[in-house]
Amino acid sequence: MALDVLIVDDSAAIRKILQRVLLQTDVTLGKVLEAGDGLEALETLKSNKVGLILSDINMPKMDGLQLLEHLKADQEYRDVPVVMITTEGSQAKVMEAVTLGAAGYIRKPFTAEQIKEKLASIF
Amino acid sequence: MEQEELVRYILESTESVFSTMLGLETTAGTPRTSQGAVAPSYGVAALVGLAGSWIGTGSVDCSAEMSCKIATAMLGTEYDTVTDDVLDAMGEVANMIIGNIKNSVEAVVGPMNLSIPTVIYGRNFTTRSQRQNQWTVVPFECQGDEFLIQVMLLPNSNAQSLMQCVRVGGEVEA
Repeated sequence: MALDVLIVDDSAAIRKILQRVLLQTDVTLGKVLEAGDGLEALETLKSNKVGLILSDINMPKMDGLQLLEHLKADQEYRDVPVVMITTEGSQAKVMEAVTLGAAGYIRKPFTAEQIKEKLASIF
Repeated sequence: MEQEELVRYILESTESVFSTMLGLETTAGTPRTSQGAVAPSYGVAALVGLAGSWIGTGSVDCSAEMSCKIATAMLGTEYDTVTDDVLDAMGEVANMIIGNIKNSVEAVVGPMNLSIPTVIYGRNFTTRSQRQNQWTVVPFECQGDEFLIQVMLLPNSNAQSLMQCVRVGGEVEA
């Protein structure tokens, strides 16, 4: 079954890179949607169901951890894996993401292999 | 924080980003300091603010040609002129380099936050910070071109008073 993915990052460059990496994985991809911040992500999800969310943390309007909190409180999206992909490296931020229910935490800069390995561990 | 320590963080972060995300080799030049105004920029300057226990700014400065090389390597598409994609790539490179420097620095001096990158493109412009502070400048050579990583950091004089405000049971005590 094809996996629909939402990529959330205020950098168009990162969104492009992640799209490219997703195409290289063994996962059968369906739609790949994009959002520039947490608010835009929530708006996108109102009319699109996805099976995976890749999200930055530091974004304007609504950051990735706030988005994660919203998703985990929503019955419809509570079980969708959310992988944080971010420059934030402090232990406190990692723990906060894990506590909120992130399925993974990958620091930038990242390799395609790291993304592939994380997806293989989830699916 | 010692100058040598900051230079080391700049070297580690830059080499990590360029090798991991861009697949490009870099050669670091001789680090130097610059008092006050940052040297005139000659193409693209991507700036990121830092705030917390220490405050400051970090920047990635390069020629238009170098910025196109960076974007080409990052996005897998050829760029020979500076476009929105190139500027976005530069912003993200600055975000990653300065962000990783921040991670190293805050492990020593305390928590800090990163601003969203601002990218400036043009000719014959000069950037300067509000205060006449010391900048650490590290030049790098890459594919026959040059770029600079510049960082200015100083202790936040307001951090002490902020740390004295403690949230207890939802109430803030000063």
